[in-house]
Amino acid sequence: MATANFASVKNGGMDTFGKITEICLKYGGEESYLIQILLEIQNEFNWLPKEAMLRLQDELHVPLPRLYEIATFYKVFSLIPRGRNLIKVCTGTACHVRKAPVLINRVIQLLRIKPGETTDDLRFSLETVGCLGCCALGPVLLINSEYHSNPTTSQLEKLFSECL
Amino acid sequence: MKTLHMIIDGKEIQAEEGATLLQVARKEGISIPTLCEHHELSPYGACRLCSVEIVKGGRTKVVASCVYPAEEGLVVNTATPRIQKIRVIILELLLASSPKGEVEKLAAEYGADSGKFAKELTFCILCGLCVRYCQEVKGEGALGFIGRGVERQVVYYPHLAKESCLKCDQKCVSLCPTCILPNIFGLAIPAFDKTYPTVYPVRLLDENNLFNLSNTIK
Repeated sequence: MATANFASVKNGGMDTFGKITEICLKYGGEESYLIQILLEIQNEFNWLPKEAMLRLQDELHVPLPRLYEIATFYKVFSLIPRGRNLIKVCTGTACHVRKAPVLINRVIQLLRIKPGETTDDLRFSLETVGCLGCCALGPVLLINSEYHSNPTTSQLEKLFSECL
Repeated sequence: MKTLHMIIDGKEIQAEEGATLLQVARKEGISIPTLCEHHELSPYGACRLCSVEIVKGGRTKVVASCVYPAEEGLVVNTATPRIQKIRVIILELLLASSPKGEVEKLAAEYGADSGKFAKELTFCILCGLCVRYCQEVKGEGALGFIGRGVERQVVYYPHLAKESCLKCDQKCVSLCPTCILPNIFGLAIPAFDKTYPTVYPVRLLDENNLFNLSNTIK
């Protein structure tokens, strides 16, 4: 399990806080835009670091437990480090019937991480999701919101090598 | 301010615009049971015990009176057999997780059967009184919810409590309708480094724990 600290996720420790302030300013520091702000911070760092949450608390004047309440309520938010490339494997009914578990095993063997985990170099995170709405392509694999239908091991190797 | 005319339990009454049904009824001396309501806090609508029946356009509908605003010409019934039945079931469900305190008192009053549902003692009914008092009235952040659905629970942030709880009146403790918060807090406040089993609704989270929050609540 990767335990990378905040600074190594994003280079230049100084400007990370600046980025959060910038995002808050964009939304006028309004508490009602909290979810949008959290989403943008997550886009920036791939997850929600504790330091970012503490900073957000000061910027928006929202109690920290309130921030964590929202961050743990919605599945999109991650409070543990996530890789630069997010791989989602569909395990919806149609994909399951079309052998999604075999596809997941292929990915597990290549990346050596289980669903919900991140590689130590923070390059990949693997997730399983419900239906992606393109059952005809099943079993479907998503690399950074790019759809791939039932890739073979050699195709996967090629796709992964293209991810930085 | 506009005055509204309503009928509550067959009695014609006048209400101010913007008031909730619960406030109007209480002003008229009609008692409605509540667990998540407190005069210092904004309405929350969590416990649903304050459910009442309203008649609107010839149809009846069950609404939570603590969050439903007064309306012109509204007919409200606070204690019909349908409402009584709903309250009994709510109480029976609450008894399964928390057979103490206010819940126990109201259950006895309404004749709820404590053995109807299998016990799953968490001693927390997620009314949010303690959390909302901490955040709304005190503007502090020592208590909060985490998770969603069956995983939802009240948690306690000791590193924040260290600063805020000791200078606070700790009224959140006496608000708890299930009597569990006083028990946990009595132990937890002086000993910030103690860890408690995860079955407790008010769970101790240290800073490292926060890091793995999404893992720990799975």
